[in-house]
Amino acid sequence: MELNSPDMNDWETVIGLEVHAELATKTKMFSSALNSFGGKPNSNTDPVSLGLPGSLPVLNEKAVELAIRVGLALNCEVQKSVFARKNYFYPDMPKAYQISQFDLPINKEGWLELPDGRRIGIERAHLEEDTGKITHVGGGGRIHEASYSLIDYNRSGVPLIEIVGAPDLRSPDDARDYVSELRSILVTIGASDGKMEEGSLRVDCNVSVRKKGTEEFGTRCEIKNINSLRSLGRAIEYEAKRQIEIIESGQKIEQQTRHWDEAEGRTHKLRSKEEAFDYRYFPEPDLVSVEPSEEWIREISGSLPPLPRERRHLLAEAIGVEPTETSLIVQRDLDTFALEAISSNANKNRVLVHLENNLADGVGELTPEAFASLTVMETNGELTSTQTKTVLAELVEAGGDPQEVAKSHGFESMDNSELEEIVDRIISENSDDWLAFINGDETERKKKSGFFVGLIMKETNGQADGKIVNQILNTKSKN
Amino acid sequence: MVERISREEVAHVARLAQLALSEDELDAFTSQLAAVLDHAADLEALNVDDIEPSTHPFPLKNVLRVDEPGEGFEIEEVLEGAPEVEEHQFRVPPILGDS
Repeated sequence: MELNSPDMNDWETVIGLEVHAELATKTKMFSSALNSFGGKPNSNTDPVSLGLPGSLPVLNEKAVELAIRVGLALNCEVQKSVFARKNYFYPDMPKAYQISQFDLPINKEGWLELPDGRRIGIERAHLEEDTGKITHVGGGGRIHEASYSLIDYNRSGVPLIEIVGAPDLRSPDDARDYVSELRSILVTIGASDGKMEEGSLRVDCNVSVRKKGTEEFGTRCEIKNINSLRSLGRAIEYEAKRQIEIIESGQKIEQQTRHWDEAEGRTHKLRSKEEAFDYRYFPEPDLVSVEPSEEWIREISGSLPPLPRERRHLLAEAIGVEPTETSLIVQRDLDTFALEAISSNANKNRVLVHLENNLADGVGELTPEAFASLTVMETNGELTSTQTKTVLAELVEAGGDPQEVAKSHGFESMDNSELEEIVDRIISENSDDWLAFINGDETERKKKSGFFVGLIMKETNGQADGKIVNQILNTKSKN
Repeated sequence: MVERISREEVAHVARLAQLALSEDELDAFTSQLAAVLDHAADLEALNVDDIEPSTHPFPLKNVLRVDEPGEGFEIEEVLEGAPEVEEHQFRVPPILGDS
């Protein structure tokens, strides 16, 4: 189906996300097999992860602790929880059920704050085990055309936290902001490595549309197979358009699960509501309830590091900007660098520029202290912005002291009196041009100022700061 | 007797479990399951207002294991049970649908 462009302005998209994150434990949720990514297929299994008859699950304490960390960081109520069997017949789970939580999840009713201050509801965040990984072979990797399937059970039994968000998001940007913030929280508290590309963070997306100004939700579709923030945005955009077109042509939306095809840039129907799985949940008889004591919850709460939200606000206050402008820096974990530099009185705008544009690929060997003294040197005019960038790149590469590195490049700061002597000499050698600079109109002045700056730069081998040269020229022209 | 479970429900549950039941088996299981449900329904006669709902027969909670690796299976051992093997993985017929 080719999509026309319906008038999107009449419509509102309603989005709710379900995020699965693999918890950063050493071993699996219910057995002591290793929880690790990238090993040889089927090298990290045991009777429990393979669902062999007679094997029994024993809950990993660390998984519970990390789940509580997630709950507290998302402002949830941590409660008594019970595991349940989610029954379905599929070879990614050979015992024919997945151990999950159903009516009593470990965390309920919290919220997450987007950088712009809006709070998005969290309905629940519960524990469950991951399934084996199936690769469909043949048919270009498409499920329906595969000629056979391969199964690797390394992932089977890896602890997951499933975070169910409320349908509070309204645009692809909202959805991306939500996932970025959630990812940032999970990484900060050490609950997950949050790598979407390795599948340790997976997003399922519920999308519906409604006429602007109406209260009632439309019929939703769930989109699976979203592997990056980019495809999340694209999938929502496509799906919203598809639904609007259907409604505008007088038809009704059928509740479906749909599959995002990244290559084709569209969603395909996977199954309808009637074909939806009937999971027949019931309490898992092989496990007892989890009732974390208040003392344990307090202890975990006390061990949480400052969260991205707090850090964003703290930095915004220190710089004097809105928290939306500091969220990228916090996501990159660069706020200690920013705070160090700003408390050393470095120019705030220059600090932001370096953190956002020149440190996008990581800080390498750079320390917050070195970054602070470098940006202070730039602020004081000891280094030009280009020189600062060069020194910064070298500090990232090999570390060291900014003063030394600047010196090794010959970027020694010019004494202003030394610079003034050079300016005076150049002026006396080019007195006609100087008169033209003083008496000329705007255009002439600009032209001549460029001429002088060029000569002075040449004379100083580029070590003079252009801004300071201009200042000296202007002052002298008024005398 | 109240009909505790219909033949269609039994067929549905069998389908979910990928079980192929004959017509005779469907009849047999319908009446057997009805008897089980009848038995469970006896509990409905009891007054349980003052009893806290339980999810497990044992009064235990928080049975936890320390997060330390133990001994797992060797790959060869795991794949011994596979119908077919390719690249250290279980090779199975094409699977329709997705989990």
